[in-house]
Amino acid sequence: MKLIEYQAKEVLSSLGFPVQTGILVHNEEELARALDQLQTYPVVLKAQVPVGGRGKAGGIKLASTREEALEKGRAILSMEIKGIPVRKLLVAVAVDIQKEYYTGIVLDRRNQTLTLMVSPEGGVDIEEVARTHPEAIQKLPVSMRDGLADFQARELAFWLFDDRKLALKGARILKALFHAARTLDATLVEINPLVLDAQGELVAVDAKILLDDNALFRHPDLERRRDMDYENREELEAREAGLSFVRLDGNIGCCVNGAGLAMATMDVIKYYGGEPANFLDIGGSSRPEKVVKALDIILRDPRVKVIYFNIFGGITRCDDVARGLIQAFEQMKTKLEGKPVVIRLTGTNEAEARSMLASSGLPLITVETMAEGAQKAVELAGGTA
Amino acid sequence: MAILVTEATRVVVQGITGRDGSFHTRLMKAYGTPVVAGVTPGKGGQEVEGIPVFDTVREAVEQTGANTSVIFVPAPFAADAILEAASAGVELVVAITEGIPVHDMLRIMPILREKGVRLVGPNCPGIMTPGVAKVGIMPGQIFTPGPVGVISRSGTLTYEVVAALTRKGIGQSTAVGIGGDPIIGTRYIDLLKMFEDDPDTRAIVLIGEIGGTDEQDAAAYIRDHITKPVVAFVAGRTAPPEKRMGHAGAIISGGEGTAEEKIRAFEAVGVKVAAIPAEVADLIAEVLS
Repeated sequence: MKLIEYQAKEVLSSLGFPVQTGILVHNEEELARALDQLQTYPVVLKAQVPVGGRGKAGGIKLASTREEALEKGRAILSMEIKGIPVRKLLVAVAVDIQKEYYTGIVLDRRNQTLTLMVSPEGGVDIEEVARTHPEAIQKLPVSMRDGLADFQARELAFWLFDDRKLALKGARILKALFHAARTLDATLVEINPLVLDAQGELVAVDAKILLDDNALFRHPDLERRRDMDYENREELEAREAGLSFVRLDGNIGCCVNGAGLAMATMDVIKYYGGEPANFLDIGGSSRPEKVVKALDIILRDPRVKVIYFNIFGGITRCDDVARGLIQAFEQMKTKLEGKPVVIRLTGTNEAEARSMLASSGLPLITVETMAEGAQKAVELAGGTA
Repeated sequence: MAILVTEATRVVVQGITGRDGSFHTRLMKAYGTPVVAGVTPGKGGQEVEGIPVFDTVREAVEQTGANTSVIFVPAPFAADAILEAASAGVELVVAITEGIPVHDMLRIMPILREKGVRLVGPNCPGIMTPGVAKVGIMPGQIFTPGPVGVISRSGTLTYEVVAALTRKGIGQSTAVGIGGDPIIGTRYIDLLKMFEDDPDTRAIVLIGEIGGTDEQDAAAYIRDHITKPVVAFVAGRTAPPEKRMGHAGAIISGGEGTAEEKIRAFEAVGVKVAAIPAEVADLIAEVLS
């Protein structure tokens, strides 16, 4: 789960982190009220969307007067950024920027640690800095058992900040950053930029947090922050039904058990010249209600012309799976009209399963291998999408 | 010989009284795996499938000589269960559980390394040495003993490839599901080394997917240390960036972890990469002949 700027700032602030003052608004009225409340100019108006590149898209604007703020705020609230309508706007008191830094805690998969990353080149894409001049970044893997020691934070801070007093302040911020990552079960806590203002204070001007979905059971308060304005509703609905789903642009709907096999199924469709409409892992179960839900979500996209079921009945018996599928197809009969269903089912009792499917009277096309099924689906979808 | 799971394996099932634990205990036993004990705290003294249940792993190990643990404990308690097994003196812990928090794994990995206990998984289908024993949930009927070692981040994709090998009459020495999480106990490199040293293994299948850089590390290791032929498949060429594809670890993030870069890394060191899963068996047949 991702916390975008306004959420990340709220959370960091609640953990005692210094963040830029701001108010979140949804419309012009709220914007006017927020400006009255802040009573200070210039302000920065920032589109709150869960994608990068807001600034370039015109989603971040400075305003020096109330009129200007209202006008620019209105414009941003009616924008779309990378296809996502802007539904939230952060009105923030402009910070007098002396210098921008990057600070972040990232999950380091290779070293199996959290790594603290800092750079004096803040305010830009850190991956770009890593590519072009990696020497401008310092990284410190932090032991999860021992945490970040004071001296480690100081060492990094003295490298990052020129001013000695500022470095001591910065060291406390780095400690707070690691504490935040640990407290939140985060796989990323990024403050970019961390700004040195005219008063000599360090303040978070933009932030992003990635939470570990597997740890959300420990953080019901964070789960409640899920922003339904930007959440992908189909994906959420699928997740609630125990399915793992991602919509793609093609016309062949995929229904597969197992994440790896589901990815490979998409790849094989593409290999034969077709385009998958989705990633879908229905998990280990072939319960009819799960299959119905899966079909229901896939078929919401009118582009879908063909459905391809690729099921490897590992432990479960294929005849049981076939029974579940037939039940589901019966329920979905009208929705499936005109949409051929290709089924590849393999594992224990697969011959029985195939004959059950074939004799069900349903318009199902049964095939023997994954490749054969993909070819058939591509052919039925009319070749290359 | 084979690796990790051999004739000497004696299994304790943690979470044996749960739905998955008891079901798979039955299947492991039916395959001929010596399952000697089960553990569910508070349910000691019971029996599941004729196997004695203990309250603690320590008791189970002391009384039955179990040396391998397989974990079906629910995710919130699984990291603790792994540590319990490691502290009780088992040599190998196989964690089937999906959904263990990343921070839990970050916390326990250094402890396991210190104790010298090997963890396979989590979020994996386990280990299968065909004809000898299976520890986990892999379907026994698709395997047959033979010369191919299999390493995979995915369950069903492993079955797909193994079934194709078996259909071609090519058996497997050991198949290891390493798990789909970002932080796992045993990685490609560990297993490549074991298969290289295993006289029963003549070729290696490596099944990867998007996310992380373990495949790239494996490629570098193969170049420097592996003499046996390796055939790879990498799932997720069509996966969009920044989207988690089912597995917690299967995500292209910040442009890193794409299937293309992994495939390039393998091809650069002479590893044959199958375009589709079905091709893996063909390529293995080629390298074995």
